[in-house]
Formats: sequence, C-alpha cells, structure tokens
Amino acid sequence: MGHGLTFDVAHLLAGGLVLVSFLMITQHRLYALLNAFALQAVLLALSVAWQANVQNAPHLYVTALIALLFKGIVVPVGLHRIIQRLGIHREIETVIGSGMTMLAGMGLVALSMTVMLKITPTADPLAREDLAFALSVVLLGLLMMVSRRNAVSQVVGFMSLENGLVLAGTGARGMPLVVEISVAFSILIAFFVIGVFLFRIRERFDTVDVRAMDRFRGERR
Amino acid sequence: MIFSAANGVILVLVIPVIAAAVLALLPGYRLSAQLNVLASGLTFIASLALFFADHIEPGHYLFLDDLNVAFIVLNTFVGFTTSLFSASYIGHELATGRLTPAYLRFYHAMYQAMMAGMNLALTANNIGLMWVGIELATLTTVLMVGIYRTHEALEAAWKYFILGSVGIGLALFGTILVYMAAVPVVGEGINGMVWTVLVAHAAKFDPALINVAFIFLLLGYGTKVGLAPLHAWLPDAHAEGPTPISAVLSGLLLNVALYAVLRFKIVLAASPGAVAPGPLMVMLGLISLVFAAFMLYRRRDIKRLFAYSSIEHMGLIAFAFGMGGPVANFAGLLHMAMHSLTKSGIFFAVGHIAQIKGTQKIADIRGLTVTHPWLGWSLVIGVVAIAGLPPFGVFMSEFLVVSSTFAREPLLAIPLVLGILLALGALFYHLNGLAFGEPTGSTARSDASYTPMILHFGLVLVAGIFLPPMLVTWFRHVAEILG
Repeated sequence: MGHGLTFDVAHLLAGGLVLVSFLMITQHRLYALLNAFALQAVLLALSVAWQANVQNAPHLYVTALIALLFKGIVVPVGLHRIIQRLGIHREIETVIGSGMTMLAGMGLVALSMTVMLKITPTADPLAREDLAFALSVVLLGLLMMVSRRNAVSQVVGFMSLENGLVLAGTGARGMPLVVEISVAFSILIAFFVIGVFLFRIRERFDTVDVRAMDRFRGERR
Repeated sequence: MIFSAANGVILVLVIPVIAAAVLALLPGYRLSAQLNVLASGLTFIASLALFFADHIEPGHYLFLDDLNVAFIVLNTFVGFTTSLFSASYIGHELATGRLTPAYLRFYHAMYQAMMAGMNLALTANNIGLMWVGIELATLTTVLMVGIYRTHEALEAAWKYFILGSVGIGLALFGTILVYMAAVPVVGEGINGMVWTVLVAHAAKFDPALINVAFIFLLLGYGTKVGLAPLHAWLPDAHAEGPTPISAVLSGLLLNVALYAVLRFKIVLAASPGAVAPGPLMVMLGLISLVFAAFMLYRRRDIKRLFAYSSIEHMGLIAFAFGMGGPVANFAGLLHMAMHSLTKSGIFFAVGHIAQIKGTQKIADIRGLTVTHPWLGWSLVIGVVAIAGLPPFGVFMSEFLVVSSTFAREPLLAIPLVLGILLALGALFYHLNGLAFGEPTGSTARSDASYTPMILHFGLVLVAGIFLPPMLVTWFRHVAEILG
C-alpha cells in the first residue's frame, strides 16, 4: 500500500474517535462525559485537518477550525455552565448497564465495519475506512441517545453523532463545501434550540431527566 | 417564458425569507397575522406561475420539473389557507392567554421560515441543499410545537427534536454515501450532488453502495414521513402544538419528506444493479397503515386521533409509490394531494372545536351537529372524506390504489383493505359521539372564519366528482417520471 504515513495517521485519528465514543457511552458522570466529548471534538478537528492536508483541500481547514473552537471549546464550556446552574452534576441514570452498553457498542462497530468494508471494495481505501469509522461513531452516538435518560447526555450523544457525520463528509473526497457549512450551521442551530429547551425544561420541571417529562404524557393508558 | 419560470422559483424562495425577517421585527399581532397571510398568498401566486411557465435548465442548486411543481403548488396553497386559518385561530389563543404577543411574533416568523425551508427542499436540485431545507423546516416546527410551554408541549417538542435529529442525521449519512457512489462516475465536486446528474449516471454507480445509501435515506427521511416503527414523535407533536402547525405538519411536512424519498427512489430505479426500492416502501407503508388503523380505536385526544390517521394515510401513499407503475403512482400522487387538503381541513375544524370546548378530549366533545351545525357537519364531511367514502377525492385515489394492487399483487391487497376498513370503523366509532352524541360543554358561538375549511372540503368534493383533464395529464406525466 503506497500510502504509508498518510494512511496510518488518518487511521489513528479516526480510530481514536471511535475509542472516545466508547469512553462516552460508558461514562456515568456528566462532567467526565463533557470532557470526553471535548476530546472527541479535538480528535475530529485533527482528523479533518489531516484530510485537508492529504486531499489538498484548504476549505476543510475551516471545518477543522469550527470543530475545534465550537465543539471542542464553546459547547463543552457552555454545557458545563448549564450543568452547574441546574445543579445536576450527579450520576447519569442509564437505561441499561455499562456492560450491556459496551457489548451493544462492540456489536454496532462490528456491524458498521462489515457493512462499509463490504460495500466499498472499489473506493479509495482511505475513504472507505474513514467511512467505516464514521458509521461506528454515528451508531455509537445513536446508542448513547437511546440508552440515556438525562437530557444533557442525550444532547451530547446527538453531537457525537454529528461528529461522525462530519468525519464521513470530510472523508468523501471533494465533497462540496455546502454540506460542511450546513452541518456546522445545523449544530449551531441545534445548540440554540437545545439551550432554549434546557432552560425551559429547568423552569418547568426542576429536572432535566427525560423520565420526569414522561410522566406528563398527554395520554396515559 | 423561461425568464418568468426562473423568477418564479426565486420568488417562491425569497418571499418567505423576507417575510420571516420582517415578521421577526414587527410588533403587533394583528398586522403580523395579516402580513403572514399576504406573504403566503403571494408565494402561492408565484407558485401558480410555475405551473404555466416553461421549465428552466436545471442548475447546480435549483431546478423545476413536473414532479416538484405539483408539490410546490400544493405546498404553497395549503400554506396560504393555513395562514388564513391561523389568523382567526391565534386571536382566541391570545384572548385566553395561552400565547403572549412576544410568542406570536416568534410564531409568525417561524411560520414563514418553515415555508422557506420546505420550498427550498422542493426546488433543490442538489441533494445537500434538499437536506438543508428539510432540516430547516424540521427545526422551525420543533420550536413551534413547543410554543405553549406546557409540560406536554415541551415533552412533545423534545421527543420530536430528538427523533427528528436522528432521522435527519441518518439521511445526511445516506446523502454522503450517494455522493461516494457518484464520485467514481461523475468526478469529484459539486456534480456528485446534483440530482439530475445523479439520475443520468445512476446506471454506472456501484450497486452495493447505493443500496446501503438508500436504506439510510429511507430510514432517515422515513422518520420525518412518520412511517410506522419511526413514528413516535408524530402524534405528540400534532397534539401539543398549535393547531395550525398540526395542519401544516400533516398536510405539508410529511409530504416534503416523502418527496425526498421519491427523489432517491428515482435514482435507485435508474441503477439496474441496485435492489428494487419498491418492496421496502411497500413493507413500511403496510406496517404503518395497519398499525395506525389499530391505534385509532383507543385514542382519547381528538388531535392525536387525526395524527394517527395521518400515519395511516402516509403509509398508504408510501405503499402506492412503492408498488410503482403508472396507475399506482398516479393514485399515490392523487392521494397525497387529497390527504393534504382533507387532513388540513379537518385540523381547521378541530382547531375551532377545541377552542370553543376548551378541551381536546374526545369524551368531552359531544353532539357537535346540534350545538355547532357548521362545525359539526364540516367535521362529519371531513371524516367521511378522509375515511375514503364516495363522493370525495380520497375515495377515488384509495380505489385506484386498491384496484391496482388487486390486479398485480392480490396477496398484498388483503392487509391493505383490512387496514383501510379498520381505520374507517375507528373513525366512525369516534365520529358518532363527537357529532351526534348528547351535547356537552360550551355552546358559545365562534366568530372564527370557516372559509379555509369549507374551501378545502369543497375542493376535495369537486376532485371526487370531476378531476380537470389538465390535472390528470399533469399527474399522469409525473407518474411516468416516478417510474
């Protein structure tokens, strides 16, 4: 394989993202979860920057910068504050235990590897492995969203899912900028929406536990 | 004429954007409501011009063909009538203190932003741009669903937000995979995302990659269509938001999401090695139809009842498009138009009813034909129409779907007919009490305008009796595009 170092670095960074995803799905404390998320964002920024370098696509540096500044710093700091203000830095309640989450996560990674590597035999090897890692991150983010009850950690799961999408988008060679901007933009809006929600939820429920909201279901049987 | 078509597309996009900006700055709800109506009306007129104009050369970002013109006209029309309904609806909400003027300002701006998002998704020739449009429409509706800030509204908005985001995330992943499949054939860069280019070269795409991409897209956009295993957000969002939003959700947003699925179905159909997309849609459609038909029986909330009915009908439409072929596609298109008109009309009626009675509980709304003849009988007409009985348009489209299914796949017709009949039974079971029971609750007059509601039901009735030949030719042509 003529890629050598290029290939190895991309591999290392993308694999690092998946590892941090595992760290996140088993993390039971909110602060630690946010730190792990920040780490993932930094890794994403590095990975995107490396892709920019390899593909000779300078516009990707912008995406990398957005990932670093916005997701690596602004969002974690902001959420940190929210958690402090709400006074909910206790343990996260999970629906399923960490052992089961871990097993489910491994299953998802195995699934995405098999599927992605199988369907892209002709594609550029760098892009296809990137895509396989990206799908793993997306699915692990999804797993986190369904296995958590706490609104903040669901949000973190969602942003982790978006990290996977950015990884996939930048891995696809020459993908037009329109998508990267849109992804960044959507995260911005998403955060805005979430912020509004968190405050309203706090106002109304005195908790951000989604289960507390479930009690107010319009229709009980 | 080419000039005017290009202008029409721009107008359809620009009017809502400008209106959203103006409405965001404007205090005073009366003026805002009128401006909202005006902007929606202008957008509708601009979209009508598209009907008669020649098609423009497809660009990298926007284009027009017979398929999306049909969707845009329907979209802007229901957007316009809903804005009329909304104008008479919100006055009451303000009077009862459920909404404050500040929220109304926000509401009107979001309404136009949502219209802009949907029109963008419909006119986009770029699969990335289409995604952006649907995402924009989703986020604005999330904000509007939560606008009452009650426990239920916030929970509904949160659920909608989480599930909608997951759907939209999966759809983006699918979009990226489509681009990956296109790159070896059409080269890197913008061309790999232009829909017309994708269709032209789809035959050479890697079948395995495009198959997986379609699965992601179907699940992603399917969540937004409200297809059965992914529908959990839909009843809550319909029940807890303001009723005009329920009307546009059911009448428009579900259609736009389905439109996205159809666009990718065409790409897949042009790729001979790929799996046939039809059976997947048929399966999801049937599950939604039968599941929702059963769920209709136990409903206690009137808006939830009609939300489940929307799931049922979206299932039926997805089923028809999944079957494919000229007749089924024609039926699917017709059914989509009829469902949009009927269901939003029903929500207009339900909105007025819920305001008068001060409740959405079916058990507390009784004997409407006695206390409020106009509203009560309109609701009866709406339910008769949506249940698929003659002489209304929905009957015709359902009949076409069922008869074409019997001709081609008799086995599939059994669950199809079962679902339709079950839903009919459930709707009449509830309607009986709502319209003809012993009258309960407030008998106060309503000073709201019934024009939009009557207009919608009138159109559905006319379509059931006589469909203009021009429209038939148009739909037939679109059915051919859909393959």
